[in-house]
Amino acid sequence: MDLLYDTLFNGLAIGSVLVLAALGLAVVFGLMGVINMAHGELMMLGAYTTFVVQNIFKAVLPEALFPVYILVAIPLAFAVSGLVGLLLEKTVIRRLYGRPLETLLATWGVSLILQQFVRSVSSAFAIGLVLAVVSGLLVPRLTPKPWWQQRWTPLLGTGSWIVSGVIGIVVASLLGGQRVLDQPWFSARNIDVTAPVWLRGSIDVGAVNMPAARLFIIALTVVALVAVGWFLQKSVWGMRIRAVTQNRPMSDCLGIPTEKVDALTFLIGSGLAGVAGVAVTLLGSVGPNLGGNYIVDCFMVVVLGGVGKLAGTVLAALGIGVLSYIVGSGSLLLVWPAMPAGLNELITFFATTSMAKVLVFAVIVVFLQIRPAGLFPQKGRMVEA
Amino acid sequence: MADLLSSRNLRRALPWVVIVVVALVLPAVLPPFRLNLLGRFLSLGIVALGIDLIWGYTGMLSLGQGIFFALGAYALGMYLQLSSLEPGQLPEFFSLYGVKSLPAFWQPFTSPLFTGFAIWVIPALVAGVLGYLVFRNRIKGVYFSILTQAALLVFFNFFNGQQKLINGTNGLKTDTARLFGELVGSDAMQRHLFWLTVVFVIAAWFLCRWLTRGRFGDALVAIRDDEPRLRFTGYNPTAYKTVVFAVAGALAGISGALYTVQSGIVSPQYMAVPFSIEMVIWVAVGGRGTLIGAVLGAVVINYAKSLVSEQLPETWLFIQGGLFLLVVTALPDGLVGWWRQGGPGRLIAMVGWPPKAATYPSLDLDPEVQAEHSDFDTTPRGGAS
Repeated sequence: MDLLYDTLFNGLAIGSVLVLAALGLAVVFGLMGVINMAHGELMMLGAYTTFVVQNIFKAVLPEALFPVYILVAIPLAFAVSGLVGLLLEKTVIRRLYGRPLETLLATWGVSLILQQFVRSVSSAFAIGLVLAVVSGLLVPRLTPKPWWQQRWTPLLGTGSWIVSGVIGIVVASLLGGQRVLDQPWFSARNIDVTAPVWLRGSIDVGAVNMPAARLFIIALTVVALVAVGWFLQKSVWGMRIRAVTQNRPMSDCLGIPTEKVDALTFLIGSGLAGVAGVAVTLLGSVGPNLGGNYIVDCFMVVVLGGVGKLAGTVLAALGIGVLSYIVGSGSLLLVWPAMPAGLNELITFFATTSMAKVLVFAVIVVFLQIRPAGLFPQKGRMVEA
Repeated sequence: MADLLSSRNLRRALPWVVIVVVALVLPAVLPPFRLNLLGRFLSLGIVALGIDLIWGYTGMLSLGQGIFFALGAYALGMYLQLSSLEPGQLPEFFSLYGVKSLPAFWQPFTSPLFTGFAIWVIPALVAGVLGYLVFRNRIKGVYFSILTQAALLVFFNFFNGQQKLINGTNGLKTDTARLFGELVGSDAMQRHLFWLTVVFVIAAWFLCRWLTRGRFGDALVAIRDDEPRLRFTGYNPTAYKTVVFAVAGALAGISGALYTVQSGIVSPQYMAVPFSIEMVIWVAVGGRGTLIGAVLGAVVINYAKSLVSEQLPETWLFIQGGLFLLVVTALPDGLVGWWRQGGPGRLIAMVGWPPKAATYPSLDLDPEVQAEHSDFDTTPRGGAS
C-alpha cells in the first residue's frame, strides 16, 4: 500500500510541473487562440535564470544567504521569461492576430532562435546584439525628415535593421578574437543547479518518503494556481481577461483595452513558464533542449483540458502526469504482483517513459473521439459548423 | 501539325525541355556528393507537394507528415534489409536483441511487389484512418495541428523504443543492400535514383495539379476559405479532407522511400518533431497554394541548410528561425506568391524605376489607391498553381 502512495506522490510531483508549465499556455491559448511554440523555451529561460541567480549567490553574497536563492530566483525567472514573452507579443504575435497557424510557425522560429542563443551566447555575442538593437532603434531617428516621404521609405526600416545587424555581427566577430569575451556563457552542455540544503532532505509520512524538493514543487504549483485563480476571478484586469476570452468583439465595444489585455496575458503566461523552469531545475540537470521535452505534453494538456477553465487544465495535467508516471515506471507490477499473465506482458511492454507516452497519447486521442472539446468545453451559442 | 509548333505551344513546352535537359546534364556536371544531395532534396519536394495540398489548398496545417514519410521509408528499408539475405537468414541486428525468428509483420516485405504498394498504401491508410477520426469530430485549426504533432510523437517514441521489432534508435541501413544486383550506395545507382526522383517529382506535380484544378480542387479551396458555408451548401467536407489527407500521406510515403535510398539509412529521426515542422516551412517559404513553390522551397532551403551548416554550423538555427519569422510576417504567400503578385516590380519601383503604367500612372502607382483597390478585390487566393 505504501508503494502505491509513493507512486502516487511521485506522479503528483511530475504532474504539478506539468500544471505549472501548461497553465500559462492554457491561459494564453484561451484568450488569444494562439499556440505559443516558444513556451518551452521560455521555461528554459526560467531554468537558466535560476542557474545564474545561484551562481551569483555562490560567488558574491555571503554563504548564509545561499539557501534563499531559490526564493529570489522565482520572481526573477518570472520577470525574465515574462519580459521576453512581452517582447515576443509586441513584435511578432501582434502582427499575426487572427492567423493562429502562422503564429504557431512564427513562434517555432522564435524557439529555434532562443535555443541557439542560449548555446552560443558569449560576451562578444551579447555586446554585438545590444549594439545591433540600439543602432536599429536609433538609425531611423537619425535619418533626415525628407527621407520619410520617399518611394523607398518602406525599405528604410528594413534597411536600417539590416545595417545594424551587420554592425552587430562585425563587432561581435572582432571582439570574438579575445579569449575572455569569446567564452560561451552556458555552451550547449547541460547545467546543474544545486538545490539548497533545506530542499535536499526528505520528510517521512508513515512509510512514505517524500523528497523535500518535490514537496516544494507541489507547494509552488499550489501557490501559483491560487495566485492565478485569484487574479483571474477577483482583480479588475482578471475580469477583463475573462471578458475578452468569452467574447472579444463585444469586450472591445464595451471599452476594454483588448491590446493591453493581450499583452498582459502574454506576460503572465510567459512568466508562469519561467516559474515552471525554476521547478524543473529541481528535478535534474537542464539544457537548451529542455523546451522540447515539455512542449508537446503541454499542448496535450490544453487540448484535453479544454479552453477557459483552470480546473480543466489542472485535471488534465495531473491526469497525464500521474498516468504516464505510473505506467512508465512499471510500478503497477509491484503494486499488484498477482496479475494475469497477458495483462502483465502488456504492462511491461509500456513500462518505459517513452512507451508510456505512446499509451497516454493514444488514450487522449480516443477520449477526444467522445468529447472533442476536451474535459470542460466552453459553452456558447456560436454555430461551430 | 503546324499548330503543334505554334509559339504558344513552344512557350509552354519550354520549361519541360529545360527540366529534361537539366536532369540529363546535371549528373555529368555535379560531383556525386552534390548530385546525391540534390536528389535527396528533390525527393523532399514530393512531401512538400503533399503538405501544399493539405495546407496551401485545404487550410489544414499538419505537423505530423513525418509519420507518413517515415512509414514509406521504413517499408522500403525493411524490403532492402531482407532482399540481400540468403533464405533462412535474419537481418544482422536481430541477433543483438536475441530475436530468433522474423517478426510476422516483416514477412510480406520479402516481396518486391508488396513493398511497391506498401510504400504508398500504408501511409495513405494510416493518414486516412487518422484523418477520418479527427475530421469526423470537426476538430480543426490549431487543434488539428497539435493532434498531428502528438500522433507524430507517439510514432516516434514507438519506433525509437522497439529494438526487437525494427532496431529502435539505430534505424535500418539501406546503402549496403543490393537493388537489381547493384549496391544501393554506389554512384551509378545513385545516378539512376536521381533520375527516378525527378520522374516522381514531375508525376507528383501533375497529380497535384490535376487534383487542384478541377471541382475537387475548388472544394478544397472552399474548405480552406469557408468550411461552414461549404457544409451548408450540401457538401461533406469530412470526405474531401480525408481523401486529400490520405493523398498527402501517400506522397509523403513515396518521398520517404526515395529519400531513404539516397541518404543510406532510415531511422526514427525521420519522425522527429522539428523535421516535420521544417517540411511545413519549406512550403511556406516557397509559397503555399503554388505547387511549384513547394518543390522549390524544399530544394532551396535544404541546399541552403547544407551549405550554411558546412561553413558556419552554429548560425543555421538563427537563419532558419529568422526565415520563419520573415516569411510568416512579411511574405505570407512565400517567394513564388510574392513573385506572381508583382513583388519584384514593386521593389524596383521603390528604388526609383517605376514600371510603365497603362492608363493612369498617378493612380496605378499610388500605394493608398492600390491598397483600397485590393480591399475590393474578391478573387479567391491560390486558385492558380
